[in-house]
Amino acid sequence: MEIVKVGMADFKVIKSTGILTTLGLGSCVGIALYDRINKVAGLAHIMLPSSTEIKNNSNKAKFADTAIQELVKEMILLGANKKYITAKLAGGSQMFSFDSNTDILRIGERNTLASKKKLQELDVPIVAEDTGGNYGRTIELNSQDGNLLIKTIGHGVKNI
Amino acid sequence: MVDMNNLNSILLDVLKELGNIGSGNAATALATMIDKKVDMRVPQVKILEFKDVGEILGDSETPVVGIYFKMSDEIEGNIMFVLDIDSALNLTNMLFGRSNSKNELDEMDMSALSEVGNILSASYINSLSALTGLKLKLSVPSICVDMAAAILSVPAVQFGHIGEHVIFIETQFEEDDRLITGDLFLIPEVDSFEKILSSLGVVG
Repeated sequence: MEIVKVGMADFKVIKSTGILTTLGLGSCVGIALYDRINKVAGLAHIMLPSSTEIKNNSNKAKFADTAIQELVKEMILLGANKKYITAKLAGGSQMFSFDSNTDILRIGERNTLASKKKLQELDVPIVAEDTGGNYGRTIELNSQDGNLLIKTIGHGVKNI
Repeated sequence: MVDMNNLNSILLDVLKELGNIGSGNAATALATMIDKKVDMRVPQVKILEFKDVGEILGDSETPVVGIYFKMSDEIEGNIMFVLDIDSALNLTNMLFGRSNSKNELDEMDMSALSEVGNILSASYINSLSALTGLKLKLSVPSICVDMAAAILSVPAVQFGHIGEHVIFIETQFEEDDRLITGDLFLIPEVDSFEKILSSLGVVG
């Protein structure tokens, strides 16, 4: 099966069959969207919560708000129907912790919250989630069944 | 304003030289600690697109030890010392004088590695500070063992606030018989880049 890699601040869409993967998500969030009927899958790897907080925001794939919007658009272009699209989330961890709870270190949590907010705005239901913690995740979205495989070091493997 | 997408070769040389002097100090500190000869490779200045960050150390999913510090005061940014697991084990075996090699890092090892990171980073930034005349403070270390890509994403995200590229000043250390290899990354924030360069008379 074809495996398509999604890098940091990047997104890709495919139609069955194939796997979308992103390796070693830390505080970034992987947003896996899937249309079960038309078998169209999309995966975004976002770094920051909001494009409106930043001047330099030309890369739409970098931010939760703009990336999710674009991802849905691209999926529709590939034959997805908006009303069948559901979402799964993974990542958003805090790899390093310091005493001070500065914004930069809480970025994982903020990325997760911003992703949820945008999905709610777009009426895309979240059907599963594996976020938070202090460890990295590799994820694989299967475009045949919409399963999201999550691999970690020391925290097991799961399918959501 | 320094255009990070268009750094000219003089600026790159300056950054490389900064890395050279800083990591020279750090290499000496490491050699003293383990009482072995430590080689240092010529530092690399790497300007990467975000999508390539995961692969900077080879395989994105290889487990590595990352020891991370915040720099503050007149220069803001981060320093990260990264070791592969085998190197981390070899280093702690050496530090504790163990003859029976272990194959897992325990709490004591992690604590020792944090301290090694601390000494290396401090000697690195001391020379940076002496060279530029800019004041610098280092936070306490925070240590994490995980996939290379997940660890490197932490400094990359900070660059995400300001541009489309990540700049790493990377130095590789090698112990004599190549049992330990480590990378030290200096990751200044963009405003601090300008300060460093103008304090050296390169721009401004």
